[in-house]
Amino acid sequence: MLSSLELLISAPVLNVQLLLDGIFIGAVYALAAYGLALVWGVMNLKNLAQGDFVIMGGYLAWMLVNQGMNPFLTLPIVAIAMFAFGWAIYRIIICRVIERDLFTSLLATFGLALVMQQILNQIYGPEVQSINAGFDSLAIFGGMVTVAQVKLITLCITAVLAASLVCFMKMSRMGQAIRATAQDPRAARVMGINTDRVYAFTFALNSAICGAAGVLIAMIWVIQPFYGIPYSIRAFVIVTAAGLGNLPGVILAALGLGVAEQYAGFTLGAQLQQFTVVSLLVVVLLFKQFQRGRKRQVLQ
Amino acid sequence: MEAIIKCHGVSKAYGGVIANEDISVEVPPGRITGLIGPNGSGKTTLFNSIVGYHPTDAGSITFEGREISNMTTQQISRLGLLRTFQQTRVYKRMNCVDNMLVSVPDRDDAFWSMFRGYPAESTRRAEQLLDFVGLYQKRYLTSGSLSFGQQKLLEFAMALMREPKVLLLDEPTAGINPTLINGLIDRLKRAVSELGVTLFVIEHNMPVIMDLADNIYCLANGRLLAHGRPDEIQNDERVLNAYLGTHHGSEAA
Amino acid sequence: MTGSLPKGILYGAILVAGFVAPILFPGYTFSIAGLWVMILLALTWDIMGGQMGYNSLGNVFFFGIGMYTCMIVQVGLFYDVAEYTAHSGAVNVHFAPGQYFTGLTLGLAAAAAVATLFALVFGQLILGLRGPYFAIGTLGVALSAGELFGAWPFVGGGGGVALPTYPGEPDDRAYFFYVLCMLLAVAAFAFLKWLYSTRFKLVANAIRDDEEKAEAMGLHTKRYKNLGFAITAFFLGISGGLYGNMIGFIEPLEVAYPVVTFGIFMIVMCLIGGKGTLWGPVIGATLFHVVRQLTWTYMLGWQWVALGGLIIVSVVFFQQGIVGWMQEKWPEWFGIRVDEKSSMDDGFEAGTAKKEAA
Repeated sequence: MLSSLELLISAPVLNVQLLLDGIFIGAVYALAAYGLALVWGVMNLKNLAQGDFVIMGGYLAWMLVNQGMNPFLTLPIVAIAMFAFGWAIYRIIICRVIERDLFTSLLATFGLALVMQQILNQIYGPEVQSINAGFDSLAIFGGMVTVAQVKLITLCITAVLAASLVCFMKMSRMGQAIRATAQDPRAARVMGINTDRVYAFTFALNSAICGAAGVLIAMIWVIQPFYGIPYSIRAFVIVTAAGLGNLPGVILAALGLGVAEQYAGFTLGAQLQQFTVVSLLVVVLLFKQFQRGRKRQVLQ
Repeated sequence: MEAIIKCHGVSKAYGGVIANEDISVEVPPGRITGLIGPNGSGKTTLFNSIVGYHPTDAGSITFEGREISNMTTQQISRLGLLRTFQQTRVYKRMNCVDNMLVSVPDRDDAFWSMFRGYPAESTRRAEQLLDFVGLYQKRYLTSGSLSFGQQKLLEFAMALMREPKVLLLDEPTAGINPTLINGLIDRLKRAVSELGVTLFVIEHNMPVIMDLADNIYCLANGRLLAHGRPDEIQNDERVLNAYLGTHHGSEAA
Repeated sequence: MTGSLPKGILYGAILVAGFVAPILFPGYTFSIAGLWVMILLALTWDIMGGQMGYNSLGNVFFFGIGMYTCMIVQVGLFYDVAEYTAHSGAVNVHFAPGQYFTGLTLGLAAAAAVATLFALVFGQLILGLRGPYFAIGTLGVALSAGELFGAWPFVGGGGGVALPTYPGEPDDRAYFFYVLCMLLAVAAFAFLKWLYSTRFKLVANAIRDDEEKAEAMGLHTKRYKNLGFAITAFFLGISGGLYGNMIGFIEPLEVAYPVVTFGIFMIVMCLIGGKGTLWGPVIGATLFHVVRQLTWTYMLGWQWVALGGLIIVSVVFFQQGIVGWMQEKWPEWFGIRVDEKSSMDDGFEAGTAKKEAA
């Protein structure tokens, strides 16, 4: 551990590698976290199956690529398919739990996460998979740092997706309805907004965002049926740290988490990378609790 | 007589909105003191400041001569200063008797007190108090199945079970069937005369508070507007204007 | 519900059946021991989850802590732990019967103590979290503990470690651990039966229904939460130590910190049986375990899908559980009724008398 720290100091260019990798992966986390912030803020649903939607999107894309499709073409197809899937899940399960107490929805989505990861496991097997998009790597700093071109491309795609989401929420009729419902569902209902449809759309949109994130993850990293829960945890870390309805905060927290993870993996070893993520969750929760505690309030 | 609660210059702002400004109030023991004012005049905020629900910005609050403005709700309530909520709060999935029994004060802070059973006299006392508020028949029903008014009565009985010195009641008659209000007034008065509890009451129903209280404070826009006996308040120009004025204001807005 | 004699007969019958069952069906000793472990897991989850409304997703944390503590004490009393674990316990070490039983006894005691200590320390931090934050926070603690132990070579790391071998016949070993599991579950049940007759239960229920109100009424909510957490950890710590020895092999993710198996089972069992009741967890655990044993191996990998489905269905459609459903159906069995009498014979006058006396 000390030796890897020394390495970082003696070869500063390695930091660039870690920073870049952290940013590339963090950008994708930001997508999934934004989806979580959306359902959390709008329908007060803490979705523990968030990461499994991501992984499912990744597998759908992987399947399509195996059929000979261009990896980038799969993105819209997967997003649409996941949108439909999310809508169906809302109608079957979510609509029955959102009005209930929060543990109900937490546990129901946890059950959903189990079902999804096990079905993926049954269909695709437990092996680690990834999509080869067929790009080279750029070598910079005299070959000390390598950047896969595909990572750059996914970063651009993420930025475009995020920007269009923001525009959608600001401009479109549905986006306005979603924001109104988030503020006060009862008032929105009185004003003639069909909140049930808004909820369904929000959940489906979240599912589509997660699906898109999954496609990107499959291209720049690996997917495996049981990798869902860590992504859910990451999304929770990011949203809890950033707060709801705070897009710049979500992006910053996501990039920060991505970088922190890369550094932890490098200095502490790959075994402790997962540990870093989950213990960060606990740390963030406790920190928030401490902040509130001084105001005689609690996290609710 | 020395006041049991003394607020001096209490101020509280919520992020720029001033809810209470420089309010001084004294509650004499063994009596009923009223607190009135138009909606949004800061009555509940003052209650919250007294019982330690949030920190105050300035001023001192003493209870029996002891500074309490920096204590937590739990510490304050253990001193014998309790409040009930505007929206009733009872333990909805427990039956009425259990609601009462859990409100028995901890006699001491000993570790073993957490494992105490319930002596027969506690249960008896609980049933007496339930009888007192007219819930004896329903004492084995879960409190969540009671009507809003009944829950309010139960909350009152729970507070009495706690043997408070002072009880802060936030709109005790709101949501209660008008035919039962007279009975409730009678019970509040009996709580004072028979149990020696001091009451500090927020109330919107003017005839009720005029009948109930020995002296009344009136708030408007977060400031203390008037203070006096019910008949004085009733004839106070400023109080009248405050109520009518805000009505005009809200209509204009 | 009924007289004390039939109840006594019921308890006696369960105890006798418990002792006799593995003798009658020696092939199933391990399965039935598993049932007692499940009952214990459900009972302990219900202390915080059912009675107090603090739904933990990470109770297996204490289970694993107990398991590892027990192992370290058992081995550490007589050998060098690091050397032992370096060989996954496969080094040729022999534990004499005296050493084995001393180690096990002290190990279980240490497991209980350390788990309780962790509960008190962690309780200070995470019991301030409420509702879903508590659930997610405990989940985080359990997951990170699993990852941490997996990266800690001293306790065997991710590869795991075998526990000292029982000095005796395999059948004796099975019955030995079976009886210990049963006694632990019975002891926990008896303790909770008593605990739920004291002030603890009422305050716990009050915290579940409205913690803010409980604080406003001056209840020492924090002490009760710490106490509930500590009791949970105490029993889970012992059961972790026992279970590790029964399995004979410890590994961090699947055995010691099984967040998505035992961690979820205990919640599902409480939900099925009816959380917040004494018998609910027992009934739920029995039902769940029997069904799982009967169907698990026949589902060819789809059992986990079925488990997830079961969670969703029980949460969405049947959250009150069996006992809760009975309470709704026959409230009068549970004493939920309107009294015929409209008031007490000697009304409030006693209140006056009391005041005068004081």
